[in-house]
Amino acid sequence: MEHYHMNLTLKVWRQKNKNTAGRFETYPVQNISSEMSFLEMIDVLNESLVDQGQEPVAFDHDCREGICGTCSMYINGRAHGPWHHTTTCQLHMREYKNGDTIVVEPWRANSFPVLKDLVTDRSSFDRIVQAGGYVSVNTGNAVDANALPIEKAKADESFAAAACIGCGACVAACPNTSAMLFMSAKVSHLALLPQGAPERKGRVLNMVAQHDHEGFGTCTNIGACEAECPKGISLENIARLNREYVAATFAGGSQNA
Amino acid sequence: MSSLNNRIPEGPLEQKWTKYKSTCKLVNPANKRKLEIIVVGTGLAGASAAATLGELGYKVKAFCYQDSPRRAHSIAAQGGINAAKNYQNDGDSTYRLFYDTIKGGDYRAREGNVYRLAEVSASIIDQCVAQGVPFAREYGGLLSNRSFGGTQVQRTFYAAGQTGQQLLIGAYQALERQVALGNVTMYARHEMLEVVKVDGKARGIIARNSVTGELERHFGHAVLICSGGYGNVFYLSTNAMGCNVTAAWKAHKAGAYFGNPCFTQIHPTCIPVSGDHQSKLTLMSESLRNDGRIWVPKAQNDTRKPKDIPEEERDYYLERRYPAFGNLVPRDVASRAAKERCDAGYGVGASKMAVYLDYASAIERYGAIEVSKRGMGNVDKAEIIRMGKEVVAEKYGNLFEMYEKITGENPYETPMRIYPAVHYTMGGLWVDYELMTTVPGLYALGEANFSDHGANRLGASALMQGLADGYFVVPYTLGNYLADEIATKPVSLDHPAFVEAHQHVEERINRFLNVKGKRSVESFHKSLGKIMWEKCGMARNEQGLQEAIRDIRALRNEFWSNVFVPGEAAELNPELEKAGRVADFLELGELMCIDALNRNESCGGHFREEYQTEEGEALRQDDLYTYVAAWQWGGENAEPVLHKEELNYEVVHLTARSYK
Amino acid sequence: MKWSTAFNSAIGKKLIMGATGLFLIVFLIVHCYINAMVFYNDGGATFNTLAHFMGTNIIIRTVEIGLMAFLIIHSWTGLSLWLKNKARRKTGYAVNNRQQTSRWYSRSMALLGTLILLFLILHLSAFWAPNRGHQLMEGEEIDLFQRMADAFSNPIVVVIYVLGCISLAWHLLHGFWSSFQTFGLSTHRYKGMIRGIGNVFSIFVPLVFALMPLWFYGGSHGWFDMKPSVFHQQTIPVEAESVPMH
Repeated sequence: MEHYHMNLTLKVWRQKNKNTAGRFETYPVQNISSEMSFLEMIDVLNESLVDQGQEPVAFDHDCREGICGTCSMYINGRAHGPWHHTTTCQLHMREYKNGDTIVVEPWRANSFPVLKDLVTDRSSFDRIVQAGGYVSVNTGNAVDANALPIEKAKADESFAAAACIGCGACVAACPNTSAMLFMSAKVSHLALLPQGAPERKGRVLNMVAQHDHEGFGTCTNIGACEAECPKGISLENIARLNREYVAATFAGGSQNA
Repeated sequence: MSSLNNRIPEGPLEQKWTKYKSTCKLVNPANKRKLEIIVVGTGLAGASAAATLGELGYKVKAFCYQDSPRRAHSIAAQGGINAAKNYQNDGDSTYRLFYDTIKGGDYRAREGNVYRLAEVSASIIDQCVAQGVPFAREYGGLLSNRSFGGTQVQRTFYAAGQTGQQLLIGAYQALERQVALGNVTMYARHEMLEVVKVDGKARGIIARNSVTGELERHFGHAVLICSGGYGNVFYLSTNAMGCNVTAAWKAHKAGAYFGNPCFTQIHPTCIPVSGDHQSKLTLMSESLRNDGRIWVPKAQNDTRKPKDIPEEERDYYLERRYPAFGNLVPRDVASRAAKERCDAGYGVGASKMAVYLDYASAIERYGAIEVSKRGMGNVDKAEIIRMGKEVVAEKYGNLFEMYEKITGENPYETPMRIYPAVHYTMGGLWVDYELMTTVPGLYALGEANFSDHGANRLGASALMQGLADGYFVVPYTLGNYLADEIATKPVSLDHPAFVEAHQHVEERINRFLNVKGKRSVESFHKSLGKIMWEKCGMARNEQGLQEAIRDIRALRNEFWSNVFVPGEAAELNPELEKAGRVADFLELGELMCIDALNRNESCGGHFREEYQTEEGEALRQDDLYTYVAAWQWGGENAEPVLHKEELNYEVVHLTARSYK
Repeated sequence: MKWSTAFNSAIGKKLIMGATGLFLIVFLIVHCYINAMVFYNDGGATFNTLAHFMGTNIIIRTVEIGLMAFLIIHSWTGLSLWLKNKARRKTGYAVNNRQQTSRWYSRSMALLGTLILLFLILHLSAFWAPNRGHQLMEGEEIDLFQRMADAFSNPIVVVIYVLGCISLAWHLLHGFWSSFQTFGLSTHRYKGMIRGIGNVFSIFVPLVFALMPLWFYGGSHGWFDMKPSVFHQQTIPVEAESVPMH
């Protein structure tokens, strides 16, 4: 792999807080190595801003290995940038060449309000999980782990759904700001396992109600969420969510208060 | 110097926990509702504790600096979680897990705690499966296991390369359920900045709301620190960017002793540093050592491409040095061996600070098995390799993909370059058998405490310990303490102790903002990391440690006179948050060096160059150092005070650790 | 859970869209089949017979009411969802590379649907409304074959119809699969099949429709020998049950 250095122009969304209007600022960044990650490039920008006595760009990030789901940038019109199955932190600068202009925006959705610069509030996802994204089993209630064999294919499928990291790229990419992919991943994860069966009906009804309450949009099966999901969560999960919903509705599942 | 009481129950090892559980004090349900508990950190330990305590009926307040409890760094654990289930019928037992952990920890862990850990390990798997954690399964529908470094049985449960994530999501969901039920109040984007003590007991915290910058006072009948490890003191580590020692350090300054701070784990299989810009290091799961072979060229400064180096000119140094365990030796051993080869000039890659982790023979082996499984008869080598790659992709695909994203190299074609990196800290707040620190009512769980891994942690044991502490230990031991607190009314938030702590935090924040110097927080952190890695890293010596202590003190002085923190206190200010964390690291780093200097022996992750065998293996000094070094905060710019907890081995005999 | 609540949720609305959409797809099959009879070039004899059945059978006429209702529900729900969804992102993106992650017609269902709706207003006022009006006033249907021949001799009308059919094709390319996805039927096993059938359907049906105006236009301009309408030579039985069935 050839290494090289580049100079770039960044257009970054700056917004002081939730209540003020934001705007784009243009910053040049110099001597960026192709081996850097995208966030390391932002680090370089921030170091230079601090050196000039300015406030650095606030952005969400933590593990920087693509698993915590914290990082969240809309880069040149793509959630998490152009790489397939990749979070922002795993995007590397060899994607870019000298002289490129990169526009960086926060996730945009009313349900993900901007807190500052590129930082958004995604607590709505937690509240969707609170509505039913769990198995009600208190500590100490469990039977032996191998008492209940689970078909490997189902376990694998459940795992694939559970791989969701809750980053919100699905909502950010969706023209309707729907959170169906996120929600369907949780519903699928639990619906595919016998452990999740007893609460199946109530779970889907409650979660969907909370989804709507949070102001997320309706899914119209566009598929941008699947294309942008860094963990490859499939649209089939949304199909399963719909089935679960239909089954729960027609079988008369009841929603909690 | 005094001797510490670890409060290990009397009686035979295997009955201690059972006896404790049957005799500890209980709190009745009506009283539980009146007792408030503060949990700081929502990783495996914190989330499991908060959820379980909520289920029991306590009023819990949980805090995390992340925007959601689901993002705690436990999520990044890849490989797996150990449990003495013996599902593989390969001779595993509670005792063996206990023994392996004690031995892996190089005989510097407490027998009673470790045995309890091994005992409850099986229940963790049961609990997680019941929550819907999608562990890997066999075609028969039963759980699958794999082996991990430092053991000879298959006791590791896993969910592809995302075990930590799946376990954390399980605990997170249990936690969110309690939030929905009103038993837990969640405070995300909050950072704990002070422990509040009233009459010598922990009674609350001061936390900063990271979004508004507001300082909040929270009362609790007990405070649980579950804030993880402090590997980020090295700047570069496999920890998340936000991982910090702040909560534990504030607890330490409030009177909690810090146990074995110098015990840090350097993980052998990480992606090497590529340049000065590097912000963190990425771990490649230890499970890769199950199938990959580690080697360097036999010739020094060999610049040929790995493919051009013939088999006989390769040095599979782990297999050579440790024939019994080969590539599966414990982490400290594997890391030191890599460092030894690189220091001797056999390293590979541009920096020469890397060794190869090669999958070529595994691909061929799996390919051949697949060909015979499918009865394909005679096929050419290319076909065997193609099939082998498929098998390897199924097992390790996500890890290989990650490697390729970071390095731009295809690990199916060319061996991966790896080098050790800081990964885990065995040291932490000193706790007794009940996980209580030296401050009554102040507890430490998971990586934040020091208790179970001695001087080196075995792979797949961190997840086990975090969940053991949270799900199965603290719910009992906390009750034992709180049973005497049922008459304690909530302390008013206007109590002088709260007011004073609040003012203290406020002053410190203003101090950061008012230095108005020239250097960024980040640059101080980098300088500290460099000192720590070079002088208190994989190998340490007396002179280096003394230099490090001097350098850290100087750096700390410079920090307080020349740091620049932009922005304001009353807003979302990541630089301010970082400043607080780095300031604490600057104090902790010194303590780590002092501890490393005090421990004149090599054990586990702590390798003092003066103490090694002729073959370069760690040399313990059991007669002098079979103790836990618990350090008491001595005050600003004063020496810390050492307290010792003697380690009494009643069951295990101390021997030189051998993996040959 | 109450039915009203169930169908008011994000998924409930989707189900309404999917169900009404699927019904309209079924209608398209019947409509396309009957209209394709004009290609017999028998002066509309076959076509008129079937059209007459459709126009007078009591069951079909009842279903027709449902059809109109479904069309209105489909349009109304679709447009209101579109408006609501738009409002859910107050601040949009300055740069958006959506073409890299989804198909334009999947994102443009409201636009395509609106075009189809406008087209349908023209279409219904040209054929369906006058016919039903005539039935009501005079008790008998009009010569639909001749009416088509007259209307489609005008090139502007032909172009409008072809454009309407193209809009329909794009709308179906997303809508066909989407309705199956909405009902959760697009599983791993059937996804490919549904996509395949959907693509063929979405192109074939609008193509057949589009060929009709072209056919009449060609016939009225002497490109081939189009047999004139036989409507008035046929005995039109007023009672539906005496229609000879083919």
